[in-house]
Formats: sequence, C-alpha cells, structure tokens
Amino acid sequence: MTEPDLRAEAEAIEDELPAAVELSIPQIEEKLTTFVINYQVPLEEARRSIISKTLDNAGIDQSSRGGGNPDVDLSDVNEPDEWIDVTAEVVELWEPRSDAIGQVGLIGDETGTLKFTAWAKSDLPNLEEGGVYRLGNVVTDEYQGRYSVKLNRTTTIEELDQEIVVGDNTTTMTGALVDVQSGSGLIKRCPAEGCTRVLSNDRCSEHGDVNGEFDMRIKGVIDNGEASQEVIFNRETTEEAIDLTLEDAKEKAKDALDTSVVEDTVREATIGEYFEVEGPILGRYLLVDDFSQLNSAPDPDAVIARARSM
Amino acid sequence: MSQQQTNRSNAPSREIAQRVFATEFNDAIHTFRESDDDRAPVYALLPTGEKANRVFIVGTLTETDDVGDESEYWRGRIVDPTGTFFVYAGEYQPEAASVLRTIETPAFVSVIGKPRTYETDTGSMNVSLRPENLEVTSKSTRDRWVIETAERTLDRIEVFDSETNEYGQYAAEQYGDSIRPYRDAVLEALESLDTS
Repeated sequence: MTEPDLRAEAEAIEDELPAAVELSIPQIEEKLTTFVINYQVPLEEARRSIISKTLDNAGIDQSSRGGGNPDVDLSDVNEPDEWIDVTAEVVELWEPRSDAIGQVGLIGDETGTLKFTAWAKSDLPNLEEGGVYRLGNVVTDEYQGRYSVKLNRTTTIEELDQEIVVGDNTTTMTGALVDVQSGSGLIKRCPAEGCTRVLSNDRCSEHGDVNGEFDMRIKGVIDNGEASQEVIFNRETTEEAIDLTLEDAKEKAKDALDTSVVEDTVREATIGEYFEVEGPILGRYLLVDDFSQLNSAPDPDAVIARARSM
Repeated sequence: MSQQQTNRSNAPSREIAQRVFATEFNDAIHTFRESDDDRAPVYALLPTGEKANRVFIVGTLTETDDVGDESEYWRGRIVDPTGTFFVYAGEYQPEAASVLRTIETPAFVSVIGKPRTYETDTGSMNVSLRPENLEVTSKSTRDRWVIETAERTLDRIEVFDSETNEYGQYAAEQYGDSIRPYRDAVLEALESLDTS
C-alpha cells in the first residue's frame, strides 16, 4: 500500500463522516498510516475502526447507524448529519463531476425530491433511474439551506417492486418582477448531444463554434418586499408572459438584425408587473412551471380595517 | 471535500426592494453604511424603521424635463396618493432615460431604483430615486402596489417600538418617534382607491 492510496482513502473517510466531526484529511491519513503501515491492519478493518472511534469520541450514537433508523419522508429532511432510512425512486441520475463520486442524482418519494450522492469509494451497487429502493443508513447533509442525503459504505440498498408517485417540491411565490437579467429573451443553445449550454457569440464553452438552436427564457427576480427570489421562465412560460411565440420572436430579431429586441420586449412586458409563479427550486432559481400575471388589485378593505385599528 | 463546495457562490444576497410611499420616502434623508468597505451598500433610513438600499414604487408620471446642461439628464415627477417621487436618469441609466425622453404623460409607471440624497441650494436635504428599471404599467398594478405598500408600511409601524428592532431605534434617534403621520398616510392612500 503506497502513500497516495492512503490519502485517497482518508479523503473518502472524511467524506463519510458527518460534517460535525472535526477531523482533517491529514489527521485521518496519519491514523491510517499507523494502522496499515505500522501495524499491518487490513485497510477495511482500519477504516471501520477509525470511523467507529471517531464517532464514539464525537458522542454520536452508533447504535443508530446499524439499522433501525427512523423511516423519514424526504420533505421532512431538515437537519444535517442525521442517520435515516428512506424509501424512494431514483428520479434522475446526473453526470458525476469528479471521480470521487460514484453516483449523483435526484431521489423522490410522495413528499418531494432530494439530491443524493454515493461516493465511489463506498463501492455500492449502482442505482438505476426509475428504480424504487429502500436505502438503509444514509446520512443527511445541508448546504446553504438545502438538504441532500449521502450514501456511504454502511448503506444498505434493497430494490423494491413498487411504484412511487413522486411529489414535486413545488414552491409558490407572489411578488413584483423587479429585474430581468442578461441572457433573457431569445437565446441560442448548443445542439451537441446532452449539452444545451447557452451560446455566447455562437460559441459553446464546451464545443466551440456550433450552429445553435434558438430558445427563449426569462431570467428574473421576483420580490415581494420581504424576500427576493431568482426565477427562470422556460420557453413555454416566456411565450405566454410576453405574448410572443418563439417563431415570432425569431422573425422580430431577423427584422431588427438584433436578438436583443426580444430582451427589450421581455423587459417592457414584465418589469414592475406582479406575478404568482410556481415551480421547483433548483439551486438559486425557482424554475417556473406555471404562473399567472396579477391583473386586478385585491380588495383593500382588510388593510383599511387594519390601519384604522392602529 | 465534496462537489458542493465548488458550487459555493460568494455573491452577496440581493437587496430587497422596500415598499414605501412618497411622503415617507422624501423624509428618509439619513443615509448610512454597515461596513467601512468602499463597496458596502448605502442605505437610506426609513422613518418607520427599516433600511432601504432599493425601493419599488408605482405611480403616475406627471411631468418629464431634461434638466441636464451638456448631456441629457431627465427628471420625472411620479405621484402616489401621498406625495411626489423625483426620479433622475442620465447617461448611466440609458434605458430609464430613454423611457422618460419618449413617454407621453400622464402615464402609470413602475420604478425599481436606489434612494439618493442631495443638498439643495437652500441647504436642505432632498431624497430622489435613481432608477435601475423604469417601465410603463397599468392602473391595476398601481392599485395593487398601493395596497402592498400600505401593508408593508403597517408591518414596519407595528414593530417600530420593539426592543429588538435596531432600525426602529435608529430611526427614532434620527427622526424622532412620531410615526403617526405615516399611518395616517397609509389610510389616506387606501381610501383613495376606487376599486368598487
């Protein structure tokens, strides 16, 4: 066993430990070296021993790790570093961005969806898109208020012969559209298989000069005076919001010899107007599946009564 | 350690657009920063106890004038049920300036912008609005804004005296604690709506 392998193993162990545990990769590597090099302990046993001892020291109850965890609905995941069991369908598998990740994607149950990550080092059987699984002993994680679950070496995977109607995590927000960001209106996307990146001057950052395909979208900000939310209207909702089809938008841009006329149309039609938007939140954005523009003012009587009472 | 860290965004969260009627906005002459950093946002202190780096207003544009000397500098008067907002747009606000140049008044407009204070020739402080976005809108949007702004203003008045409301205390120090006129302005604005 060479040093670099221990470093990789230490990284994998660090990934599996809950974030609350403060143990650096070099510290783990040092422990591994002691076990594996100095005492000739098999790697698997060394790893088990380090994780177990570390959790013990951190006061984390390990009886809860060996199964018998609570069965949790995905929408109820709202604390990091909890060991839970879930039953969910694999809604989507994403392309891992690093070799350390075995699988990454979205799992869903009746109550909603969550991102999941399985580390390559954990050597778990692969999950299949559309499959329904009972996942025992996964650990929750949090990043900027959004939760995910991590599969680890102790996770049990049981494929179930059942169907799940996946809930959609839909969020609704009402407010004024206070900004339209650049990259709105008529855009071109890379036509390469599976790419869809938005082109800049007919160039894709991945595939170079390409013959792009037209699309429309609105990247904007909805603000209700108490909170603001970045939103993206897709082609369909953009067409409805600005009352202009993609075909007509292309004509308009052709006549003006400039695609930015469509962005101007978006600004004129949407900025300062009130919308109720609905859709899942992914990253920074609420992806608008459905919306209505609020074209009549509500009844002021309740607010009048409130003002009088003050 | 995980791929999530590579996603981490250091972008500061976007400043919320406060809802405020003209009568209160024009009284908000005290400005401050919350850090010594040159790029730290400047806030106007609203008399009902809130900081405003950005506001959203809807009203009737009644008059536009090019008040610039060498280059165009457009001033617009925008009226709500409680008073008049002044917006100024020059070469750094080309889209708003273009709307002010071409629009036929009167017209309903919405403005998202930043409060700016300046000293007049007579030495008094005035507050104006520098638009980020300025677009023509409808009467129903104006009416919805009046109701929303009434609600947000009442929200601020309700917690003005709260011990944990640092901006309430700050406003009381700067402007005094007589916020009753703003409650009266809310009522006046709501009663002016003919939504029957």
